[in-house]
Amino acid sequence: MNASPDWTPQLIQDETDALKHKPGALLPILHALQDRLGFIPDQAVPIIAESLGQTRAEVHGVISFYHHFRTTPPGTHVVQICRAEACQAMGARALEAHAKASLGIDYHQTTADHEITLEAVYCLGNCACGPSVRVDDRVLGRVSPEAFDALVDELSTRPLEVIG
Amino acid sequence: MSVRVFVPRDTTALSLGADIVAERLRREADSRGLELTVVRNGSRGLAWLEPLVEVETPAGRVAFGPVTPGDVPALLDAGLLEGRDTHALALGPTEAIPYLAHQQRLTFARIGVIEALSIDDYRAHGGFRGLEAALALEPQEIVESVKASGLRGRGGAAFPTGIKWQTVLDTPADKKYVVCNADEGDSGTFADRLVMECDPYMLIEGMIITGLAVGASQGYIYLRSEYPLAKKILDDAITRAEAAGYLGSDLLGSGRTFQLEVRLGAGAYICGEETSLLESLEGKRGLVRFKPPLPAIEGLFGRPTVVNNVLSLAAVPFIIAEGAEAYANHGMGRSRGTLALQLAGNVKRGGLVELAFGTTLRTLMEDFGGGTASGRPLRAVQVGGPLCAYLPEGQWDLPLDYETFAEIGAGIGHGGVVMFDDSVDMAEQARFSMEFCKVESCGKCTPCRIGSTRGVEVIDRIRAGENRDANLELLGELCETMEDGSLCAMGGMTPFPVQSALTHFLADFQRPVDGD
Repeated sequence: MNASPDWTPQLIQDETDALKHKPGALLPILHALQDRLGFIPDQAVPIIAESLGQTRAEVHGVISFYHHFRTTPPGTHVVQICRAEACQAMGARALEAHAKASLGIDYHQTTADHEITLEAVYCLGNCACGPSVRVDDRVLGRVSPEAFDALVDELSTRPLEVIG
Repeated sequence: MSVRVFVPRDTTALSLGADIVAERLRREADSRGLELTVVRNGSRGLAWLEPLVEVETPAGRVAFGPVTPGDVPALLDAGLLEGRDTHALALGPTEAIPYLAHQQRLTFARIGVIEALSIDDYRAHGGFRGLEAALALEPQEIVESVKASGLRGRGGAAFPTGIKWQTVLDTPADKKYVVCNADEGDSGTFADRLVMECDPYMLIEGMIITGLAVGASQGYIYLRSEYPLAKKILDDAITRAEAAGYLGSDLLGSGRTFQLEVRLGAGAYICGEETSLLESLEGKRGLVRFKPPLPAIEGLFGRPTVVNNVLSLAAVPFIIAEGAEAYANHGMGRSRGTLALQLAGNVKRGGLVELAFGTTLRTLMEDFGGGTASGRPLRAVQVGGPLCAYLPEGQWDLPLDYETFAEIGAGIGHGGVVMFDDSVDMAEQARFSMEFCKVESCGKCTPCRIGSTRGVEVIDRIRAGENRDANLELLGELCETMEDGSLCAMGGMTPFPVQSALTHFLADFQRPVDGD
């Protein structure tokens, strides 16, 4: 992700204006905002609604309908575990349990150090090499509990910065 | 001379470290003073061999796999660049690998062979010949060809594609659309993804031909947000196709127009249902629409719209270039052409298998798949995605065609084949079917929205041993209500996996409860 939660009404207005001419512009606008900020701030709703000539309820309804859109900032990385059948057949249920226990969080939650947000996903299209996990835009195959731990280590480790 | 080495760049190969293998090859070659060019082709679809590295030799391409970054030095030592077959990972000539050699690849003939984004590669392997032929045809002639090919919708509904196109062609309107359903949400399926990541111009060509056939000048690819690599590749391919004159306001100098844009979904399974998809494209919640009116008459923004799956559209260039008969000569009964089967789940040799209709599940799972990955006995297989039945061994010898499967209450869907070994608890799988419907229901109709929640609860009570017989009867009735009363296939077909689990694996619902 590495998106900044810093935003201004002007930034939201600019993103909206850049796309509002498109037919059916609402989803592209929401994607653009979430790609940029990591989430869609509540305050974006009236700005988008006004720009598209829709009600706030309509915009809110769309945001809340789709699993992909979030209204709170995620951790530095979003980790999605595939819960669907092909991955189940390869041990995804055990992987889910292991991930929740080792991170100490449930789905839709973020670790206390704000590094990892855990989400469920229903299929990443990597079904011949499950269990599959997506980290931000990277998909990983045959993820064992041990491989998951190594991944978490990698994501949680930051290079030391020398303060000079 | 620099040797060409191919390292696939599709989601599966990347998920197993293909980028690192490519980098390691370059570095290792540099340090040894060897000249090699790393080409990032698509995947051949042999997922269990990924990353599958190929080397171009005077005798053709030879394969090595599955290659890990650590294997690279030893492979070079063993004469990788000369294509020598002394290393344990050597597989010989790629095309002779039995898994590949025994397939009938029409739609997937180019995947893994070409560099996905190279228009020159695409053209050199027969690409755009369908479009060139279509530009010389009348719209009705194109529609007739697709009708004669017998092509039926590959998304799962199996509706004759040519008839859908005819309706759109015959409906007068100021604007028409071609919408590609790339919301490949069924677990166990990845054929659409392979097309988009490994041979994107085939889909683009198919959509342009569709536009010419029905008189549509605008196309949308509705792509699921779970496929970030496909998004990147398609966007890039569209830009290149525009620059080369294949898209835009003057297709190859013909004066015809076709614009194309990728739109991302947002993690809603229901948006794979065509009317829900259209709502989503219009910027709304993905609520299912009542039918009629059909999308072919009142579709996107109320205009006549072709909505076809990726694989249906991807089959079109072959049909127009090679002729309807060449396609229709494959298959059985009313299921013509080839079917892209995807071997997934607990399988030793998973991947894409394109075959004419009529093969059996057993051939597929044993001869191609090699049984389970765990080595334990195979127990159940779910064919066609989360809304289709689980099949026990007694049904593995039926020929795969739409009508045969419909007769036993099963479906082929989008061709996903998810295998489970004998450690599977089928009552837990049935519960998941209901839970999935609960999570993904659009909420418009009651049987689906409420029925799925009640379904989870009833199955929990059955598994906990509470009034088992009465609750099993209740579950049966609930399934009937959902099947008969739901607005679309989400609620209407969720009972299929549940009922099949009850019919064929009842003992799993009657296990002793802990502490009994």
